[in-house]
Amino acid sequence: MIPRPFEYHAPTSLNDAVKLLGDLGAEAKLLAGGHSLLPMMKLRFAEPAHLIDLGRIDALRGIGIDGQVIRIGAMTTENELVWSELLQQHCPLLVEAARLISDPQVRYMGTIGGDISHGDPGNDHPALMICLDATFVLRGPQGERTVKAVDGFFLGTYTTALAPDEILTEIRIPIPAEGSGWCYAKLKRKTGDFATAATAVLLRMKGGQVEDVSIALTNVADTALKARDAEGHLRGKRLDEAAIGEAARLAMAICQPAEDLRGNVEYKTAMAGEMTRRALRTAASRVH
Amino acid sequence: MGLEPNLERLTQLEGIGCARKRREDPRFIQGRGTYVDDVKMPGMCFGAMVRSPYASARIRKIDASRALALPGVIAVITAEELKPFKLHWMPTLAGDVQAVLADGRVSFQNQEVAFVIAENRYIAADGADLVEVEYEELPAVVDPRKALEPDAPVVREDLAGKTDGAHGARRHHNHIFTWEVGDKDKTARAFEQAEVTVTQDMLYPRVHPCPLETCGCVASFDKVKGDLTVYITSQAPHVVRTVVGLLSSVPESKIRIISPDIGGGFGNKVGVYPGYVCAIASSIVLGRPVKWIESRSENLTTTAFARDYWMTGELAATRDGVIKALRVKVVADHGAFDACADPSKWPAGMFHVCTGSYAIPNAFVSVDGVYTNKFPGGVAYRCSFRVTEAVYLIERMIDVLAQKLGMDKAEIRLRNFIRKEQFPYQTPLGLEYDSGNYETALRKVMDAVDYAGLRAEQAARRADPGAEWLMGIGVTTFTEIVGAGPSKMCDILGVGMFDSCEIRVHPDGSAIARMGTITQGQGHQTTYAQIIASEAGIPASVIQVEEGDTATAPYGLGTYGSRSTPVGGAATARCARKIREKARLIAAHLLEVSPDDLEFDLDRFVVKGAPGQAKTMKEIAWAAYNNVPSGLEMGLEAVDYYDPPNFTFPFGAYLCVLDINRYTGETKVRRFYALDDCGTRINPMIIEGQIHGGLTEGFAVAMGQQLPYDEQGNVLGGTLLDYFVPTAVETPVWETDYTVTPSPHHPIGAKGVAESPHVGSIPCFSSAVTDAFAHLGVTHMDMPHNAYRIWRQSHALGLDRR
Repeated sequence: MIPRPFEYHAPTSLNDAVKLLGDLGAEAKLLAGGHSLLPMMKLRFAEPAHLIDLGRIDALRGIGIDGQVIRIGAMTTENELVWSELLQQHCPLLVEAARLISDPQVRYMGTIGGDISHGDPGNDHPALMICLDATFVLRGPQGERTVKAVDGFFLGTYTTALAPDEILTEIRIPIPAEGSGWCYAKLKRKTGDFATAATAVLLRMKGGQVEDVSIALTNVADTALKARDAEGHLRGKRLDEAAIGEAARLAMAICQPAEDLRGNVEYKTAMAGEMTRRALRTAASRVH
Repeated sequence: MGLEPNLERLTQLEGIGCARKRREDPRFIQGRGTYVDDVKMPGMCFGAMVRSPYASARIRKIDASRALALPGVIAVITAEELKPFKLHWMPTLAGDVQAVLADGRVSFQNQEVAFVIAENRYIAADGADLVEVEYEELPAVVDPRKALEPDAPVVREDLAGKTDGAHGARRHHNHIFTWEVGDKDKTARAFEQAEVTVTQDMLYPRVHPCPLETCGCVASFDKVKGDLTVYITSQAPHVVRTVVGLLSSVPESKIRIISPDIGGGFGNKVGVYPGYVCAIASSIVLGRPVKWIESRSENLTTTAFARDYWMTGELAATRDGVIKALRVKVVADHGAFDACADPSKWPAGMFHVCTGSYAIPNAFVSVDGVYTNKFPGGVAYRCSFRVTEAVYLIERMIDVLAQKLGMDKAEIRLRNFIRKEQFPYQTPLGLEYDSGNYETALRKVMDAVDYAGLRAEQAARRADPGAEWLMGIGVTTFTEIVGAGPSKMCDILGVGMFDSCEIRVHPDGSAIARMGTITQGQGHQTTYAQIIASEAGIPASVIQVEEGDTATAPYGLGTYGSRSTPVGGAATARCARKIREKARLIAAHLLEVSPDDLEFDLDRFVVKGAPGQAKTMKEIAWAAYNNVPSGLEMGLEAVDYYDPPNFTFPFGAYLCVLDINRYTGETKVRRFYALDDCGTRINPMIIEGQIHGGLTEGFAVAMGQQLPYDEQGNVLGGTLLDYFVPTAVETPVWETDYTVTPSPHHPIGAKGVAESPHVGSIPCFSSAVTDAFAHLGVTHMDMPHNAYRIWRQSHALGLDRR
């Protein structure tokens, strides 16, 4: 459980970090909390020659509002999400989900940007970002570009649209409409575990019918999934048990989970359906 | 009159029955403990293991040249380097041999192949990575039943042609022993004549004790003096000294084993592991201290698992539920080497306590020990040797029988209990239970939880087809066997399983006491002092308790199997009484009366009928160093070696209520009520803590712990990501209760308690989980009861259909 020797770099500005990443190339990995990377290094599954710690770049931290958009610095920790009054008021889905990530100690170190950039389908933020229609700001030597979470940012297990010389700097989330219901329903074996299956839901009702709904699934494929068929089925309908059941079935239909000690394909798929039911019911109860 | 001052003095003593705070805690909660990895010695180097990725393979070649070329690597040792010292194999506690470093062949994944010694642990890890080993993979066998098939892969080529093992004849190349106990023919007749019989297969899966602190040692050999000092996380330091002496040919007088603070043992730290031998051998050769510390995964996948018992139970009974006979067949998976820690004569430990709390007239048990390509062990994980397995078997079987007869699970227990007037009770498998009062215990629990009300609620829930949550009620009424043990029955490597205490009272009346046991969280420094306080009248606050250093402590067999209080505690009480009796002679001399004219009153000797004439223990201690009666030695100290006449038999009645989600398999433990009877209670607060800990570990085993293997012999789940260690979030709220039925043969009537909650709770969880499905015909569900496995049961019954 001891990693190979590596060089540690701790730039204090984003420009320096981008330059270092460019100079060191594929030998370098970004350290953004380290709760996925460091265990992999200790097991010697990952053996980077250089670690670039983003933890001292103040510009990468913080949560603010800019018009109708919530802006979250990539190095904002999970606990900072949990404690944010701004998020509690405007985006409680993110707060509820962050509370379910690992354990309190990890939440002091783990960051939203690290969680997203790692590309692990077991991580919770990818589905949340898809559900919330987030946009990612990526910074490279050529400057800045933005990519939406739903537009192919998550490519596969441990692969994202981030270029090797790019750093995720900010997450932009459109403020959910006033009165929306929300829920992140997560089934896990124990504190600290990844989801067996989890579902994020954002729900808007109008006149007793679903005006809009966003549903995303965690850890039931090689990326987080947007459950478009389930969403489409619900729009314009009353949210009764029949509709919820059909939505759960449609969500299950897109699952392609990998078997592991958490369960086999059948179980994980069924659990994605159960979490979808739970998330929809709870979200409906929170609509006001 | 006179009561008030006595109460004050009684309070000051902090003796038996006092919930005094733990003496250990100030240093632990301030981070001031000293664990093995805190030991740093000048010139110390580090060892790291090279381990096999294969479960079964021949080793074609080991090339250490790249490792040796790495700056800072001092040496790489393999079986070849150990051969000249005859240290490439070592004897196990179970009468087998185990490869210290693989001798041309590996038999389990992560087996020790080479040991890299370097200037620091980082270089050691890099060096281990650079050792190149060429393997020829061979077929592996991981299922002990398949291991006994005629053409099963051979796990142990080194045993070719050996038809006898340490426990009798071997009938197959993967067979270790067959152990039978009880009357086979009588039991068979009882089954033939029975009105009702039931049979049930059950697997007690392979689990690991997983102490917070992994195993490790620092070995330091002084080439000039010829002294070997080893700091080691051992539950049995004196036994380790004997083993090291046998292995190294260094006389025991030149070997000092020190068990410093230990971060939990739970059976994992009884054995002697290859890492220890490599560190010691390296230190002897290099003349430098060598440290070896396991990683978490090494701990979970190489050093001493527990359980892995494949059991079939049968009960014969009358139609009205009176049990006539028990028959048990076990296939015991011991892994690649038989390194169980059991008393020498009993290769299945005290599994023969499996007739439980019930008056069963006939019983027969047969256990087959089997080699497989899995790591060795079979230790007692927070229990006495194989008692958890035994209690699980009988408690599950009682439930199965109740279901077959349509009887209530509490009612069938009440019907079959050994009654309190039947003690001492001879079991058909050769044990003599010391004392018990089972019916009182169970009735107290049933009243406390409103058992009838719970069953009514369950009936209503079962009648509701729309209920999302199923309700299960588990009941266990277990009997433990602890305090190993009488030397006529129990020995380890030929050393009887006594234990010891030595007390020295200083001139100022304070005292130091040393025992052959070793605390790993049990709170010995607190509770042993309480025994001495009550028995010798010395306040616990001025008694220093020390254990674990073989240079100072008297020889003892260590702490496991809840033996500290039953054996070490008995030695402590008797030793304290020797102090008291010598003090009586000195007091008589000082008061110029006959010793018979004195009576002991808490902390002093008082002349009978003259309460004003007294000498306190403090005064007597001073006199012991300057004014003793002629013919009496000066000083005030004593030693006691206690060989118990029998085991002790703590018992309890547990009840669990839980709710299971039929769609997801999630379980919520609503209520867990644990009544324990451990005889005389020394420190109620420590007992409470021990019970909470044992219940939590029981919960862990029942609900989530398992070390599964794939067909190729790869161990799965060997990290804490998968291996279930509950946090405060998962852990249920525990309700505890007690009755007191002292042991008649123990000097203070105490029986031991730390393991009862583990032993008793595990079948209680299984009972409750199974009970949630019992109305649908389910009689048993194997552990672990994680959501996935429970869902599969629910799914098989169609309960998850919408």
